[in-house]
Amino acid sequence: MKKIISLGVVLAMAAAMLAGCGSTSSSSSAAATAAPAASSSQAAAALTGSVGTNGSTSMEKVIGGLSEAFMENNSGVKVTYDPTGSGTGIQAVIDGTTDLGLSSRGLKDEEKAEGLTSKTVALDGIAIIVNNDNPIEDLSIQQIADIATGKITNWKDVGGKDSAIVMEGREAGSGTRDGFESIVGVKDACKYANESTSTGAVIANVTSNPNAIGYASLSAVDNTVKAIKVEGVAASEATVLDGTYKIQRPFIFVLKEGATLSDASQAFLDFALSKDAADIITNAGAVPVAK
Amino acid sequence: MKAKQFVERLMNALFFFCGVLAIACVALIAVYMIVSGIPAIHEIGILDFLTGEVWASTAAQPKFGILPFILTSVYGTAAATLIGVPVGLLTAVFLAKIAPRHVADKIRPAIDLLAGIPSVVYGLVGVSVLVPLIAQVFGLPKGTSLLAAILVLSVMILPSIVSVSETALASVPPEYEEASLALGATHIETIFKVSIPSARSGIAAGVVLGIGRAIGEAMAVMMVAGNVANMPSLFGSVTFLTTAISKEMSYASGLQRQALFSIALVLFLFIMLINFVLGFLLKRGGRKEK
Repeated sequence: MKKIISLGVVLAMAAAMLAGCGSTSSSSSAAATAAPAASSSQAAAALTGSVGTNGSTSMEKVIGGLSEAFMENNSGVKVTYDPTGSGTGIQAVIDGTTDLGLSSRGLKDEEKAEGLTSKTVALDGIAIIVNNDNPIEDLSIQQIADIATGKITNWKDVGGKDSAIVMEGREAGSGTRDGFESIVGVKDACKYANESTSTGAVIANVTSNPNAIGYASLSAVDNTVKAIKVEGVAASEATVLDGTYKIQRPFIFVLKEGATLSDASQAFLDFALSKDAADIITNAGAVPVAK
Repeated sequence: MKAKQFVERLMNALFFFCGVLAIACVALIAVYMIVSGIPAIHEIGILDFLTGEVWASTAAQPKFGILPFILTSVYGTAAATLIGVPVGLLTAVFLAKIAPRHVADKIRPAIDLLAGIPSVVYGLVGVSVLVPLIAQVFGLPKGTSLLAAILVLSVMILPSIVSVSETALASVPPEYEEASLALGATHIETIFKVSIPSARSGIAAGVVLGIGRAIGEAMAVMMVAGNVANMPSLFGSVTFLTTAISKEMSYASGLQRQALFSIALVLFLFIMLINFVLGFLLKRGGRKEK
């Protein structure tokens, strides 16, 4: 008797767990569960639903600012951000597992051939960062390229202390890495000491190692590292906008061509591309495209 | 009477069903691994795949040689075992044979706690404490290296080795030890010449469990090893079979994705090999004791 009761309790618990595990994302899921979230009712006055964004880790501050502002004005909508890297975000759009993909590089031809389009929301500088204790203030693109490919291995060869250079980089699917390598001209030729999987990890590595140099989104750089000048130009909103800071790339939303977004996602996209969002993007450290 | 028979049959059927479910899971995984892993090996060529020294999966001319990963996993696991087994075995000897009861009762939960620490916590401690320490002690520009991964792995496999070996040592028949002592051997001689050989199949089981954990570890290793696809060198940035997959899986597509499945297949085969060895050792040990 006891065994049957305990078996029954176990089955009831399993059933309750499975019900709770029901998905809550709006546009792509199909599982009908008792979970309360996620029906995007088309009430004209109030938007409800959820918007899933997935991709670039560099866009964290920008998406954070945009989603906060959007959720304040639309309390029925929940915007989520999954920082997985540009390559992963683009793949998620191809697989249909997210509403909006985020990428910190333009789409490649083979990605466009999969039926993807993009909308540029901002421009972002890729800051070259060194440790705060490093005396270097300025490097030319050629010097950066030589450091990245391993031709220059000691800080004293570029005017710094006598110690080995540690080149920090990102994983191969990173939009930041793609932008850095194509502009500096070292595609497929970089020799990294470490490959991290997010902008934050690169910054953390540079903060903790006085010999490190790396690249990270300008919007993510804070005072724990030093962003050096490239060819005499310091990275800032103005120099990214007028093109004098050479190492820059677009922040884009990635969409599937011809697919209709849910109301909430479309509204979020329109908001992000509108002039109202320009201040938010500027505060996040990037350069808005809509002015 | 009939109800009892019915309940008997029902429970038997339920147990059988659970057993079948477990086997079905293993079979499904094995079949899926083989089916997903073969196409890339076929396309890349098995020799090029297993012995190629360059892994450049996203280059314009992609190269898929996984020898660096295989060697790194083998060396890393071997070195972690070389460090972990003596320390673990001697700890087990201490706990089972030498320590007074109350001391052993305090140390044992601490070792069991080591087994329960999540691997990401090991990685975190490794990155914040071990990596800067290695950079400082050896005067290197950076501390993330094969050495850091080896040290983290050896700590992670300690609990498996200690607890299984301790059980094996505690179950050595006391007559063996008493006979040895009666013949004039010292306590330490008895332990090393009688108890440990007698418990060797259990100790081997513990060691193989530890090796299995070390070769399958991804999270902790990812944070301390540097993740660049180099041939293994003690102080260089390296990638294991496991971290090679976890680094690229989320965005891989096409041949690169299939190549990652092939790496998983190679890893799976390694682990099956280790389990076979374990089964063989246990059987042989059991037979000898008869």
